[in-house]
Amino acid sequence: MPDNRSDRDSRPSPDALLQAAAQEKRGRLNVFLGAAPGVGKTYAMLEAAHLRQRDGIDVVVGVVETHGREETAFLLRGLEQLPLRRVEYRDKVFNELDLEAVLRRRPQLVLVDELAHSNVPGSLHDKRYQDIEDIRAAGIDVYTALNIQHLESLNDVVAQITRVKVRETIPDAVLVQADAIELIDLSPEDLIRRLKEGKVYLPEQAARAVHHFFAPGNLTALRELALRKAADQVDSQMLSHMQSHAISGPWPTRDRIMACISASPLMPRLVRNARRLAARRHASWIALYVETPAHDRLSDAEKTQINRALTLAEEFGAEVVTVAAANVPAEIIAQARQRNVTEIVVARSHRSRLVNRLRGTLTDRLVEAGEGISIHVVTGAAAQESWLGVMRARLEGIRWRGLLPTGVISLLALGVVKLASPWLPDSSIPLLILIAVLLCALRHGYAAAIFSSVLAVLGYNFLFLPPLYTFTITNPENIYTFFVFLGVALVASNLAARIRAQAEAARVREARTASLYAFSRMVTGAASEDDILWAVVHHVAALSKAQSLVLIPDAGGQLAIRAAYPPEDHIDEKAKGAADWAWDRGEPAGRGTGTLPSSDWLFLPLRTAERKLGALGVRFPDDAPPLGPDERRLLDALAGQAALAIERTILNKDIEEARVSAETEKLRSALLSSISHDLRTPLSAIIGAASSLMNFGDRIEAKGRDDLLVTVRDEAERLNRFVGNLLDMTRIEAGAMQPKLDWVDPEDLVATAVKRAAPLTTGHTVEIDLQPDLPLLRVDYVLIEQVIINLLDNAAKYSGTGAAIRLRLRQLDNRLELQVTDRGVGIPVTELDQVFDMFYRVRAGDRQVAGTGLGLSICRSILKAHGGDIRAESPVADGKGTRMIVTLPLEQQPVIPEEKVIHG
Amino acid sequence: MADGARILVVDDEPQIRRLLKVSLEAHDYRIVEAGSGQEGIRLAALEKPDLIVLDLGLPDLDGQDVIKRIREWSPTPIVVLSVRADESDKVAALDAGADDYVTKPFGTAELLARIRAALRHTVHAVAGAPVFISGDLQVDLEKRLVSVKGEPVRLSPKEYELLRLLVQHAGKVLTHQFILRQVWGAAHEHDVQYLRVFARQLRQKIEADSARPQLLLTEPGVGYRLIG
Repeated sequence: MPDNRSDRDSRPSPDALLQAAAQEKRGRLNVFLGAAPGVGKTYAMLEAAHLRQRDGIDVVVGVVETHGREETAFLLRGLEQLPLRRVEYRDKVFNELDLEAVLRRRPQLVLVDELAHSNVPGSLHDKRYQDIEDIRAAGIDVYTALNIQHLESLNDVVAQITRVKVRETIPDAVLVQADAIELIDLSPEDLIRRLKEGKVYLPEQAARAVHHFFAPGNLTALRELALRKAADQVDSQMLSHMQSHAISGPWPTRDRIMACISASPLMPRLVRNARRLAARRHASWIALYVETPAHDRLSDAEKTQINRALTLAEEFGAEVVTVAAANVPAEIIAQARQRNVTEIVVARSHRSRLVNRLRGTLTDRLVEAGEGISIHVVTGAAAQESWLGVMRARLEGIRWRGLLPTGVISLLALGVVKLASPWLPDSSIPLLILIAVLLCALRHGYAAAIFSSVLAVLGYNFLFLPPLYTFTITNPENIYTFFVFLGVALVASNLAARIRAQAEAARVREARTASLYAFSRMVTGAASEDDILWAVVHHVAALSKAQSLVLIPDAGGQLAIRAAYPPEDHIDEKAKGAADWAWDRGEPAGRGTGTLPSSDWLFLPLRTAERKLGALGVRFPDDAPPLGPDERRLLDALAGQAALAIERTILNKDIEEARVSAETEKLRSALLSSISHDLRTPLSAIIGAASSLMNFGDRIEAKGRDDLLVTVRDEAERLNRFVGNLLDMTRIEAGAMQPKLDWVDPEDLVATAVKRAAPLTTGHTVEIDLQPDLPLLRVDYVLIEQVIINLLDNAAKYSGTGAAIRLRLRQLDNRLELQVTDRGVGIPVTELDQVFDMFYRVRAGDRQVAGTGLGLSICRSILKAHGGDIRAESPVADGKGTRMIVTLPLEQQPVIPEEKVIHG
Repeated sequence: MADGARILVVDDEPQIRRLLKVSLEAHDYRIVEAGSGQEGIRLAALEKPDLIVLDLGLPDLDGQDVIKRIREWSPTPIVVLSVRADESDKVAALDAGADDYVTKPFGTAELLARIRAALRHTVHAVAGAPVFISGDLQVDLEKRLVSVKGEPVRLSPKEYELLRLLVQHAGKVLTHQFILRQVWGAAHEHDVQYLRVFARQLRQKIEADSARPQLLLTEPGVGYRLIG
C-alpha cells in the first residue's frame, strides 16, 4: 500500500483524503488480534457480537471456528448462523464461508473467523480476507480474528521465535485498513495453564513443536509483537487522521530506504526487513535490482527468486526500480545518490568465499563508496554458494548445440594453418588459431569459448610444438608458450562471449522497446475501434509470446470477445469469471493474482479515469515462468495505452454523433420554419376570403365575390400541393421511396403532367417539343409525372408573366433527355448545384418567391431512385433563363407483335 | 342525366357528407348518408340506391371489402373517393368492382362528371347506343366505322378492339389489367407495353394533337378513360 506521504507539510495528502472517503462507505472491520492460539479471540468476538445484537444491530455469523470448545459453542446460541458452503476438493469435503449468502442476506454485522484462512481452490478468491473485502465493499461491518504470526511482515520473525513457519499469511495492508484492533491479551502463564486444560487448538505443525511454541519466553516475545503491532496501528491511524486534516506534525524524516535485490536466497528476509525499517522510519522505500550482463546466465530458479522478491517488495509498497549496468556497487551508489537514499539494505553475500576473497563483497564496496549512507546488512543462515553448486548451475546453462560447429571450425582452422605453415612466420601461428577461437566464441557463447580454446591449444601442441604429433612438449620455453596461449585464448574468448551476450541482451531489449514503440504508434494512429483491438492483441501476443484477447462489453452489458490472437472465440467459465472481475473491479484477476489464480488466463482491466472499457486477457503456455514485475508493468502499460486509444474512438464517435445531431437539428428547424410559413400563408388567405364572404359577402360586388372564391380554391390547391411535397419528402427521407416500375409512354407523361400543372402555369405558354417515335420508358409513372410538374411549377414561378416555358423530350443513345427551359431570372452560377438541396431558395431580388424549396430536391431524389439524374444550366440566353435537364436510362424495348392493318 | 337518382354516400367525415349532400342535391339527386362501412352495406341493401359514392378510407371496414360485399348481390355503380398516391388502392378497388374513382381533394365538377358517366352506363347497359359521338370522334359500333371530323380512319384490329372497349365504357376509367384482359386475353394481363404502344397509335389517329389528348386520357398508374 503506497505510503500516504506528502512532501508539503500542511496540505492534506490526497491519498489520505481518498482513503478516508473510501473508508466511510465501506463496512467497518474489527480485528480481534491475539499473540497465540488459545488466547480467546473467537470468544471475545462472540461476546462483542452479542452486545451489538442487544443494541439492536442485525448480527449474523458467517463462519466461526469453535474447535470443539464448549464455551465458544455456547456463545453461538442466539446468533443467526448462515449455512456454510460445501466445497469438494480432492475427494474431501470442506466447509467454506458462503460469500454469496452473506451478500444476499445483507446484515449490518457479520462474524468471519480466521482472517488469514486460505480458501479451498475453486472459490472465487484465494484468501478469506479478500472475501471480507467484498463484504465490506457492500457496506456490511465485519468482525474477524487473527493470530499475530499470520502477518506477512512478521512471518519470519515469528518463525524464528516459534520454529514454526506459518504458511497462511496476509499482507499487512489488510490489518492497516482495519477500523479497530482489539488486542486479546493473555499472560503467558494463563495461556500455558489453558493449554494444560486442553482448551487450546493448535494447528498441525504447531502440535509437533508444542513445547517449544508454548515456552514462556516465546509467548512473551509473541505477546510483545502483538502489542507493538497494535500500537503501530494506532500510531498510523493517528497519522492518517493528521494527514487528512492537514495537521502538520513532526515530519522530520526525509529518510529513504533502498533495498538491493539479488539472486541471494536471503531475499524474502531482506524485503521484509527493509519494509519494517521503512515503516519504522515512516519513510518510503525503493527496491533496486541491477541487471548485469550476467543476468541472462542466471538459472531459472535464480531469476524466479529475483522476480518474487521484486513482486513482494512492490506489494509491500516499495517503488521497484530495475536498471541495467555492469558495475553493481557503483550503480547502487549512483542510484542512491540520485534518489536521496539515506539507508541501504543489502544481503550478505552468498558468493563462495573464494570469490569474495578475490573480488571483495558487495557490502565492502558499498561501505567504501557510500559516504553518508547507512548500510544495513541482512544476514541469515542461508548456505554459502559452493563452488560445485555454481559449476553445476553453470553447466546446466550450457548450450550444447553450439559445441559441434565449434569443434569443427577449430579443427578446420588448425588444419588450414598447418597446411599453410611453411609459408607463415612462426609467431603468427598462435594468433591465427586465436582468430578461429574468437569467432567460435562470438558465435556460440561461453561454453564454446572454453571448448574451442582448449581444443585450439591442444591442437597447437599436437601440430606445432615439437615433438610434433604428440601431446608432449620437450622444450621448456614451449611449455611457457603453451600456457600463455591457453590463458590468452580463454580470456579473449571469454571477452568475445561476453560481447556476444551483451549484444544479445541489447537486441532483446531493443526489440521489446521497438515493439512497444510500434504498438504506441499503431494504437494512436489507428482509426477504428476494431483496428485498435487487433493491434493490441497482436502486440501483446508478440511481446509476451502468449495468447491474447480483448473483451469489450456488448450492447447488453456482457463482456464479449472482440479480438483475439491467435483467433479464439470462447473462453471457459473460470476465465470468464476472472475477466468479469477485472472489468468490473478494475483489478487484475486470474493467473498470478489473488482472484481465481487457477485460471489459465491473466486478465488486466482496460479502463481510464472516465470509464471502464473492458478487459485484456493473456494466456501463457503452461511451462512459462510466472510473470516478473517488469513484464507485468509492460502489460499494464499496454493495457493503459489500449484503453486510452479505445476511449479516444469512443470520444470521436461521440463527437461525430453530436455533430450529426446538430446538423439534424438545423435541418429540422429549417423544416419547421418553412412548414409554419408555407402552411399559414395559404390558410390565412383561405380563412380571410371565406370569412369575408360569410360576414359581409352581400356588400361585395359579384366579381369581387368570385375573386374571393377563386382565391379560396387556388390557395387550397396550393396547400394541397405543399402537403404533397412534404409527404413525398418524408417518404424519401424515411427511405420508403420505392418506385413502382412499369412501361410508360413519355408522350403520355408529358401530356398528363402539363395538364395537371395547368393551374400552376396559368399566364405562361407551355411549348411541347417531342421527338417523334420516342421509346418507352420503364419508370414509376406517378413519380416521374411529379418531377415534370415540379419543374413546370418552378419554371412558372421564376419566369415573368407571359413568358414561355419550353419542354423538350429527345432520345440520346441509351438515355432519354427531358429539358424544361424558362426565360426567368436564372440561377447564379455558384448555386447551380445547391438549388437541389432541401429548402434551398434562390433570392430573386428582394422578392422572396413562395415555395418550399423542396420541389427540386424531390425531383433529384426521385430521379436518383430511377438511376437517372438532373442538373441545371443557367443562364440560357441573354444572361437570363434556366434550363433543367433530366436524364433517364432507357431499357431494352419490349417486343410488340406486329399485326396487319385492315380497313376499320 | 338521371334526375332524381338516389345516391348513397358512404363517408365517415361529416364535412364531406355535408359537402356532397349540398352539391348533389343541387343537381336534383336524392341523398342517403352512411357514416361507416357496415351502415353503408346495410343501407345499400335496404335503400337500393342508383349509385354509391364510397370513401375508401373508412374506419371500420376496408373499402375493398365493402365493394366485394355489395358486388355479391348488386350491380349498382360505385364511385370511390381515395387519396392521391394510393394508385394500387384505386386499381384494387376498380378490380373489385368499383366503376370509377375521384382523388381527394376533388373538385365537385369532376365528381359530378364521374357520377353522370357511371349512371349513364346503367341506363344504357342493356341496349348500347349504336353511334358514339365525342368531340370530333364518331364511332359506329354496329357498322364498325370510325371517323374523325367526318373523315374515316383506318384502325388495325387491335386498335379497333381497344377503341370499342373504351367506347362501351365511355366516361369511366378502365384499369390496364381490365383492358389487356378484354382485348389481348388473360395471358397478357400484365403486358402494359402493348397498351402504351396501341394507345399512342390510337391517339395519333383520333386526336387533334396527340401531345394534348382530349379524348383518350391516361389515368396515371391506373388505366385509361375515354371522354364522352
